[in-house]
Amino acid sequence: MKRTFSVLVENQPGVLTRVAGLFGRRGFNIQSLAVGVTQDPSLSRMTIVVDGDDRVLEQVQKQLNKLVNVIKVSVLEAPEAIGRELALVRVHAPPAQRTAIMQVVDIFRAKIVDVARRSLVVEITGDEDKVSAMVDLLREFGIMEVVRTGKIAMARGSKESRGGMWHGQSTIRSGRRPRALARLAGGGTGVWEPGECAGAELEG
Amino acid sequence: MIGAEVLWNSLLQHGVEVIFGYPGGAVIPVYDVLPSSLRHVLVRHEQAAAMAADGYARATGRLGACIATSGPGALNLLCGLTNAFLDSAPVLAITGQVPTGQLGRDAFQETDIFGATMPLTKHNYLVNRVEDLPRILNEAVYLAQAGRKGPVLVDLPRDVAEAEVPPRVDASPRLPGYKPRRDGHPAQVARAAEALASARKPLLLVGGGVKWAEAAPLAVRLAEKAGLPVASTLMGLGTVPADHPLFLGMIGMHGTVAANRAVQECDVLLALGVRFSDRVTGKREAFATGAQIIHVDVDPAELGKNVPAHIPIVGDVGRVLEGLIPLVPERRRQEWLDEVDSFRSPAGQDGVGASAVRALARVTGDLARRGDLILVTDVGQHQMWVAQHYPFYHPRTLLTSGGLGAMGYGLPAAVGAQIGCPGKRVVLVTGDGSLQINLQELATVRQEDLPIKIVLLDNGSLGMVRQWQEMFFDGNLVAVSLGGPDWVKLAEAYGIKAWRCSDPGELEDGLATLMAEPGPGLLHCRVPAEEKVLPMVPAGEPLARIIVSW
Repeated sequence: MKRTFSVLVENQPGVLTRVAGLFGRRGFNIQSLAVGVTQDPSLSRMTIVVDGDDRVLEQVQKQLNKLVNVIKVSVLEAPEAIGRELALVRVHAPPAQRTAIMQVVDIFRAKIVDVARRSLVVEITGDEDKVSAMVDLLREFGIMEVVRTGKIAMARGSKESRGGMWHGQSTIRSGRRPRALARLAGGGTGVWEPGECAGAELEG
Repeated sequence: MIGAEVLWNSLLQHGVEVIFGYPGGAVIPVYDVLPSSLRHVLVRHEQAAAMAADGYARATGRLGACIATSGPGALNLLCGLTNAFLDSAPVLAITGQVPTGQLGRDAFQETDIFGATMPLTKHNYLVNRVEDLPRILNEAVYLAQAGRKGPVLVDLPRDVAEAEVPPRVDASPRLPGYKPRRDGHPAQVARAAEALASARKPLLLVGGGVKWAEAAPLAVRLAEKAGLPVASTLMGLGTVPADHPLFLGMIGMHGTVAANRAVQECDVLLALGVRFSDRVTGKREAFATGAQIIHVDVDPAELGKNVPAHIPIVGDVGRVLEGLIPLVPERRRQEWLDEVDSFRSPAGQDGVGASAVRALARVTGDLARRGDLILVTDVGQHQMWVAQHYPFYHPRTLLTSGGLGAMGYGLPAAVGAQIGCPGKRVVLVTGDGSLQINLQELATVRQEDLPIKIVLLDNGSLGMVRQWQEMFFDGNLVAVSLGGPDWVKLAEAYGIKAWRCSDPGELEDGLATLMAEPGPGLLHCRVPAEEKVLPMVPAGEPLARIIVSW
């Protein structure tokens, strides 16, 4: 069983090592881990996806809480939370295939962010299933490289995240218009720097 | 004022009176301003500094402190710090480090102690800026002693120690993520009281957490009020007086038949400050299968970690007991107590090792009863003979390495205990294997003139390993034979009086002579190598598979 933990930590040297070391030493199985600073520069947010049974997942939460630099551990799962991943896919794209690739990109509301003579780089944002589905479809054109961020997640509409929203406003990168319907399944939210994840809920 | 002076001032302000240490290049500036009001005990190996600080902490209940230089000095601390970590002893370790400008350049005596001790300490710090030092020291001292206690390490680069501290810095702790819970949840405490009230065969299991919470009298009061027979882990020995009619002895691998049987028979198990280690539970899946388990611990992560906690209670054991005792009805439970009494088996045939411990109990019985004797052990057969045969009446009178099982703990821990409790008699029971692991500390004993009494049970071998090889490896004895030194001559070379006892019939006289010696002394007792520690539950087996004779 997979569970997504959202871990608020002090933004200090060694904190990532502590968390990673904890997972290694206790044999917890980490699926993905994403880290970025929050609206408060003294705090970072880790989104950790862990695979394990109930006992293991309970221990993960308790052991994380035990770390002095960990401030809060919450569990974020759909439908109460939004989870997003970003992937960059370099796909083999001779001129004859470009239209077909662009159609797939369009359907997934992904973007082409780099064009070369024989290849394209596609950027996609969405939940894990959506990203995987798109990568699968692009596979038939010939994928040269895939880079995925790992999941970040945020609770929907709760008091806590609204608080974060107002702080987060000033950190949203200007010049990129947020999509209003980002919360709809599979909707892209555009590109956010990891540090801007606090603002993502605002866009939703 | 420079960083090093801030360090010492902070320790003094926090009530630290003694620090165990060993100087070296990176900490010379720190030693340079060592105040005369702080006693520094020069050990002969940094591992002993950490273990002495641990022994000091266990004996006194106060913070133990140690200091080492960078690189090899700091690395030598690790076994001692891990030992404190596993048994939850409050220890503050200060390590020197190369100057910040040389960090990461593989400088002379540079090691990543911050990284290396992350999994071995409760928390640790690398001080990058001198203005952070006052706050870090306040946090470190607090963290070592708050909630579940443990070792905290502060790594101090040389330039930070030498830097001038700005006149006004904020030294108040900033620990937004650390809020240990002290009071148990009232609803959970009420549930525990109900479970105990409706239980037919309840059992109390006490661990080291009771001692650290200073809650031993409360545990006894609860047992007496609710009619609970009591079993103890190794770390819990002394919580309930050994001669208390409700006391069944130690549980687990080398526990008593009665304690191990009672835990398998009970229908409610109230566990206080224990972590259900594999040495306690045997095969986890077969442990106390008929029992509803009420688990009280200050560390939430212990609840449900090794065995299910049907009624988990997070909180300080003392606070929880204060809430629980008034809610629990008074009971006699004669039937259950009779049943438990029937589990008690007459003591089997003692070998020389067990006899020596019993003889020591006779010679030192009055001291022990008064709480004036601290018994320290090393690790191995002698340790288990002590746990089985020496009666402990008070908390903090047995110091032993439980979780880590670190041979070599005994002598430095005895040093720490004797320095922390100068008015008490400190007796070390050790083996010829263990004593040689930190043997060099005999020099510290002499230099500090500590009247520690050493009872050496010498079987010329690594007895516990040998026992396993005999019992579980078809008697294939490999690498267990120790050709020992002449122990009497050796002790005398360090200026420590020593006696030899070759005849088991002379044990009691020998021990009386040893105890009468005003200074440090060593009694060398020969023990046949074939002797076993029994009873024994083989590792990984259910407690019911207890072996009582071999």
